[in-house]
Formats: sequence, C-alpha cells, structure tokens
Amino acid sequence: MIPSEQVLKVDGLSKLFRSKLAVSELTFSLSTGSIVGLLGGNGAGKTTTLSMLLGLLKPTSGEIRLFGHDFIKDRHAVLHRMNFCSPYVDLPQRLTVHENLRVFARLYGVNNSANRIDELSEDFRLLDLMDQPIRRLSSGQKTRVSLAKAMINQPEFLLLDEPTASLSPDVSQWIRQRLMDYRDRTGATILFASHDMREVELLCDEVVMMSHGRLIEQGSPQALQERHQRDSLEEVFLALNEKGGGV
Amino acid sequence: MNTSTIGRISALLLRYFFLLRSSWPRVLEIAYWPTVQMIIWGFTSVHFSHSSPELTAGGILISAVLVWDSLFRSHISYTLSFLEEMWSRNLANLFVSPLRPWELVLSLATVSMIRTLIGMVPAALLAIPFFGVSVFELGLPLLGFFLNLVFTGWAISQAVTGILLRYGLGAESLTWMLPFLLAPFSCIYYPLETLPGWMQAIAQYLSTTYVFEGMRALILRGEWMPDLLWKAFVLNLLYFILGLGVFCFAFRSARNRGLLLQSGE
Repeated sequence: MIPSEQVLKVDGLSKLFRSKLAVSELTFSLSTGSIVGLLGGNGAGKTTTLSMLLGLLKPTSGEIRLFGHDFIKDRHAVLHRMNFCSPYVDLPQRLTVHENLRVFARLYGVNNSANRIDELSEDFRLLDLMDQPIRRLSSGQKTRVSLAKAMINQPEFLLLDEPTASLSPDVSQWIRQRLMDYRDRTGATILFASHDMREVELLCDEVVMMSHGRLIEQGSPQALQERHQRDSLEEVFLALNEKGGGV
Repeated sequence: MNTSTIGRISALLLRYFFLLRSSWPRVLEIAYWPTVQMIIWGFTSVHFSHSSPELTAGGILISAVLVWDSLFRSHISYTLSFLEEMWSRNLANLFVSPLRPWELVLSLATVSMIRTLIGMVPAALLAIPFFGVSVFELGLPLLGFFLNLVFTGWAISQAVTGILLRYGLGAESLTWMLPFLLAPFSCIYYPLETLPGWMQAIAQYLSTTYVFEGMRALILRGEWMPDLLWKAFVLNLLYFILGLGVFCFAFRSARNRGLLLQSGE
C-alpha cells in the first residue's frame, strides 16, 4: 500500500531525568500504513521514546501529534485507536488467555468481542491455549497472547517493544509475517523498537536510528545502506555508533 | 457516566471476578479473617461478661470488632486489587488503554465494596447463633457507621495506592500499617476520655472516633446521635479528597519519572 497522511508527528521531543538527558530533540513522523523500526543499542532511548508515545511518560519538552490530536495534552482522545506490546509488561498471570482477551476487549470497547476473540485465537494459533492461565504458557506462547491483546481493538497505531526478543527464529518469522499481514489488511501503522537489525531489515519500510537519546539517522533500510555504503543495516548502525562514540 | 465509562469499569470488575474465581483460597480469605476475628473477640466478650458485664453490654465488643473490620476490609480489598496489577506487571496495560485514572479508582472502590460485604455479612450473621449478638439490631444507623468506615478505608487506600505508584512495591507494608496507625486513636473499644489529652486532640480529627462514639451511645444508652455521624461524614469527605489528591499527585509524579512502565520494586 502507498503511505499517505501522517499518523504521528513528533517534534523536538526531549526527556530529562534529573540531570540525565534520556531523549534529546527527537523529531520524526510516521505515515499511515508504514512499519517503522526504532533502532538503537542499549540505553539509546528507545523505551523512553515508546513510553512517551504511549502516554506512560510525560516529556520534558516537545510535541506529539497523534491522529492530529495533541497527545501530550489529551491522550485519552486517541488511546482507543492504539495498542502496544512490551516485554516489560505482562498480562494477569492467573487469568486464562480467553479471560484476558475478554477483559481487554471490554476495556477497549470492542464491538462483537466474541467474534474478535475467535478471529485472534485463530490468527495467533491460540485455540488450544484459550483455557490455559497465562502463567502456564511458554515465552513464545505468551508473546503470541500479548500480540493478540495488542490487536484486540484493531489498532490503527501499534507500538511494539522488541516483540520477538527471546523467541526462536521460526516463531519470530511467523510473528513478522502476522504483523505484515495485519498492516496489509488494515492499513495500520506499526512502530517497532528493536536492536535486531536483521529483523528490522526484513520487516520495516523505514528506520529511525537512535543513539544516546538522539536521532542519528532515518530512512528506508536500503537507502541507509546506500547512503553509508554498507552491505547491511547492522554495519550502518555500527559505523554510525563508532562515529558518535556509541555503545 | 457514559456507556464507555461503564464498559471500562465493568471490564475491571470482570477482571477481578476472574481473579477470584481462579483461586479458591482468595475467596475463602475474604470471609475467613472477619469470621476468625469475630470468634476470638466473641469468646473474649463471653469471658469478660462474667467478671465485668459493663464492658460487654449489648454485645458492644463484638459490634465494635465487626464495624472496625469494615474499615480494614474495605481498605485491604481496594489496595490488594491495585497490588494485583503491580504484582502481575499489568499496570502499564491499563494505563495505555482508554481507562482513565478516575475510572480505575471507581472500579477499585466497587470491588472493595463487594469484597467487604462478602467478608462482613457472613461474620455478622455467624455472631447471632454463636454469641447472640446481632449488629443488624442497630438498624439504619448501622448503615451509617458501615458506610462511613468504608469511606475512611477508601481514603486511606487512595493515599496508599498513590505511594505504591510512586515508590513501588517497596512501600507495600504501608498497606497493612496505616489502618493500625489509626486504631489506637479511633476509640474502637474504649470511650474518648480514656485517651490522654494529646491523643484526644488527635482523635477529634478522626472520622472513626465519631463513628465509635456514636455506636457506643446507641448500644449502651440507646441514644441515637446523628450529629456524630455527620461529623464523621464531613471528615471522611475531607480525607477522601485529600487521599485522591495524593493519588493524583503520585500518578503525575510516576508519569514524570517513567515509573508506570516498570512498576515494581
């Protein structure tokens, strides 16, 4: 699909924790229907950025416009149009997969939630797990449930923080395919934080690279490789980090 | 309240219902502690009734235990439901959903009321055949005493959940400590004049003091003093607003410091 209007516009976004500048003057935008990778090493500011884009963290300065709304002032106007999945967050462990999905469907005001849960349980191969409490699932199964929860409201904007971390290559590939299918079917925009360069290359239309809280490069994976005359995104990232004294 | 708000509150109620349903010890625990308390204090009351009948007249001890427990249960039920979200690392899922903080507060208060009733009603009913004491004989004023203490419990819970948000699970012990800090000043088992002057000065600013003074007046002298209940209500309203203020302040502070994503120790 052809990316058109901007879903997200971030302008001069900064976050200062006491004397530590975690994110500095971040400016970028996301087009409708794009899958964008937020790349960076440990401590680059990816999770801080995602937290601000989710409304969990108040920026020190800057502007976030989401679906045309001032997200910092009135995040509740758009929260029902987005969702997220993060390894820092779990679903209630004692509740079954089906119970969790029912609760979140109601929380997001999903119409015809029974049908939606059926669809997701098929899409994410959860049919045999629906009556299992979350605490009994393997990490791969938990990730699939978290992704199903993240898609319960058919979000137009989906934020994913390393959703394939600690998963086997086949499951990771399967999840990447689900995400691409979802984008193709719904036209949703996906922001994908990761430090797995290969994965970003495979999945993302565009990359936003961060180091030490700053945006250091932006563009499509191919464009970045050409611009920096490297064979892979990983090499681009390492070269940029070396220049900036990163890692 | 619009339909979306009701939907989101009902989602959380469903979540706590599923949680209770998943663990029978949790269900048992709700009624267990109030019943054990009632039985222990019931036998203490029977023992005292032989040596000092004035101490136990009209089932005052058992009534006091049951009424005080409604504060403790309402607070614990509210705070434990919130702690469940922290223990299961689910808070961020809630705060990035369309759920508003005040809807969370309302959901927790509703769950607290349901759990308090589940806990207190069996204990109060069992006191009738066990010790011949029926708090229900207090009539309508009982509702006033009960609601006031539940309200106090919620006011404490607001402050405690706020502190938990800001300082994480390291502050968990406050959940159990704070109600007991109030207990000596609240004159649950003794009249206000028993306290030394400095404690009386503090006690007069507590809503609980007026509830128990009013209850004693009703049980021991058959005197219904609605003014005491009103004083308790006004103070509770003040504490509730104060508690809500602490929660809102802590929520903002947690949001500024990035504590909502990784809420824990």
